[in-house]
Amino acid sequence: MPAFLLLTLMTAIRILSRNRLRAGLTMLGIVIGVGAVIAMVSIGEGAKAAVQAQVASMGTNVIIVLPGSTTVSGVRGGQGGAVTLNVSDALEMKKRIPLLQDTGWAKRDVMQIVNGNKNWNGSVNGVSPSYLSIRDWSFTSGGPFTQADLDAAVRVALVGQTVVENLFEAGEEPVGSVIRIKNVPFRVIGVLAPKGQSAQGSDQDDIVFIPFSTAERKVFGTQFIGSVGALFATTERQEDLFAAVDQIREFLRARHRLQAEQGDDFTIRTQVDIGKVQEGTSQTLTVMLLSIAAVSLLVGGIGIMNILLVSVTERTREIGVRMAVGAKRRHILMQFLIEAMTLSVVGGTLGIVVGVVGARLTTLIAGWPTIISGNTVVAAFVFSLVVGLFFGLYPANKAARLNPIDALRYE
Amino acid sequence: MTSGNGQPVSLIQCADLWKVYRLGDVEVQALRGLNLTIEQGEFVAIMGSSGSGKSTLMNMLGCLDQPTKGHYWLNGVDVAALRADELAEIRNRQIGFVFQSFNLIPRTSALENAQLPLFYRGLPLREQRTLAAAALERVGLKGREEHYPTQLSGGQQQRVAIARALVTTPSLLLADEPTGNLDTESSREIMTILDRLNKEEGITVILVTHEPDIAAYAAREIVIKDGQVLTDRRTKPGHPSSLVGR
Ligand SMILES: Nc1ncnc2c1ncn2[C@@H]1O[C@H](COP(=O)(O)OP(=O)(O)OP(=O)(O)O)[C@@H](O)[C@H]1O
Ligand SMILES: [Mg+2]
Repeated sequence: MPAFLLLTLMTAIRILSRNRLRAGLTMLGIVIGVGAVIAMVSIGEGAKAAVQAQVASMGTNVIIVLPGSTTVSGVRGGQGGAVTLNVSDALEMKKRIPLLQDTGWAKRDVMQIVNGNKNWNGSVNGVSPSYLSIRDWSFTSGGPFTQADLDAAVRVALVGQTVVENLFEAGEEPVGSVIRIKNVPFRVIGVLAPKGQSAQGSDQDDIVFIPFSTAERKVFGTQFIGSVGALFATTERQEDLFAAVDQIREFLRARHRLQAEQGDDFTIRTQVDIGKVQEGTSQTLTVMLLSIAAVSLLVGGIGIMNILLVSVTERTREIGVRMAVGAKRRHILMQFLIEAMTLSVVGGTLGIVVGVVGARLTTLIAGWPTIISGNTVVAAFVFSLVVGLFFGLYPANKAARLNPIDALRYE
Repeated sequence: MTSGNGQPVSLIQCADLWKVYRLGDVEVQALRGLNLTIEQGEFVAIMGSSGSGKSTLMNMLGCLDQPTKGHYWLNGVDVAALRADELAEIRNRQIGFVFQSFNLIPRTSALENAQLPLFYRGLPLREQRTLAAAALERVGLKGREEHYPTQLSGGQQQRVAIARALVTTPSLLLADEPTGNLDTESSREIMTILDRLNKEEGITVILVTHEPDIAAYAAREIVIKDGQVLTDRRTKPGHPSSLVGR
């Protein structure tokens, strides 16, 4: 039997290569289908991995409380304009909720930052020292400010990579130099390690941190003293996250004296939620693109079936001759099935190449992360084999069921 | 070969063989209760006017077609009772068929065409090639192994077809107007080969022809008319069989 299969395969390849254009056009559907699957899945996987990396880098035990109620669409990008949360909420929360490991707070604004003759509009954040550890910021040089700095409202600043690039000459050491934020001089005491893009796609390194108290008194103005743009809390263990979320909600509702019928005047988010939303979107996209790919595979399969039916008709006499010299039904069946699978597997392999190249180009041109997993490639290969098998079955069976004498007499 | 009770079994035995084609409302009775017995080793020519049922009979004898009614025993086996794959097995092992129109597989070398029955028998490739090359040599086509059908003359193509038919050393060789498409010289070559296969290898040869000088190679001449045997006579002496002309 192996000799039979090998020779049949060789015959199939010979027959197909006689009609290269026809075979090529027949394979096109499979090539496009498999190529699309590979490219889409690798883009989807890449996006998913990026989101997961983001979520992990933010810390999966972080709870974010934003002022104001939730909008229908869910996640809110920035820190809202509402002023319903303040520093004492954060401090009390930490005292009253034992599950919480630490709390921090921040308030941000985009401001002009000047160093000598260079200036830059960046995100200036007044934060508590605890915020830096909660968000897991580390330093390439210098270090964080302390509680003492906060208490004394010292004018010190930590700068992100993007800010460094725009305010300092290459090779110039920012630590120790003085920059001006809204014309107030700040001494740079630390340079933050780069974090790259956030899950929402914003540049996390375009940032300056200054002590919260300094920000309030010297930079942002004293209009809403004590109010914060966002509260942050961490739990010791990730398992406690959702319990902590419930307790924070209860605590804040009580503290803000909200009646039962009133909605929250704050919004609680966790990194897990944000990750889920992102994953959900990329999953919807993947499902949509996969169904397009499935349709083109279907079309490709029908193309193969069509060309095989033509081939069976063209070669009816040959089938008759083969039967006359002793070919059994399964021999004829295998011959056409192998032809169909050769078409689909060659098409599938070309499709894999197209998909991998497509994914690489996507990364190169659009800068999207892509991941080509071995599983995807193997699945695509197997899938194209199955498409050939499935759509080859009908024509092959038709050939195998021919009556020898009818086939021989066929004109 | 003998049957259970010790009686010798004929190679071919047809009893009340009918073949009816139905074309819409019209019924064509190609064979009408034909009776025929042929012994192992005979050389038979079947003649008869066009449409008399010769090809229909040959297809039946070659297990390519099944009778509408009646029985056909090949070596004592009732062929009508067999399934498609069993018939394929018989065609592969016991029968060689030569067609008027050669019926070689196009764009496939002479050697590969001659190999085909062995390929379906599942022999190792090397054995297939050796046997097919030997068969081509027996029909005088040594050196033409790699030629495609289009690169061969009609007579040569028919010889490839004969090589394909005899590569399995069948006991029965059926040839439906094997010289019908050939000139006199090629016809003579083909008939010489068939004659030799019959005389030297004891292969039973049944051939259909319209030409008396082709029929003259055979030792027995059967004339078919309207799907029945009209005359059946021995034209040459010598065959041990006594059933002829019964
Ligand atoms: N597939 C078929 N369908 C319908 N009728 C058929 C079929 N094959 C043969 N016949 C009819 O059966 C009869 C016998 O045909 P057959 O081919 O056996 O004749 P033949 O003796 O071989 O003639 P020829 O010498 O012309 O080859 C003819 O009347 C023919 O029309
Ligand atoms: Mg005929």
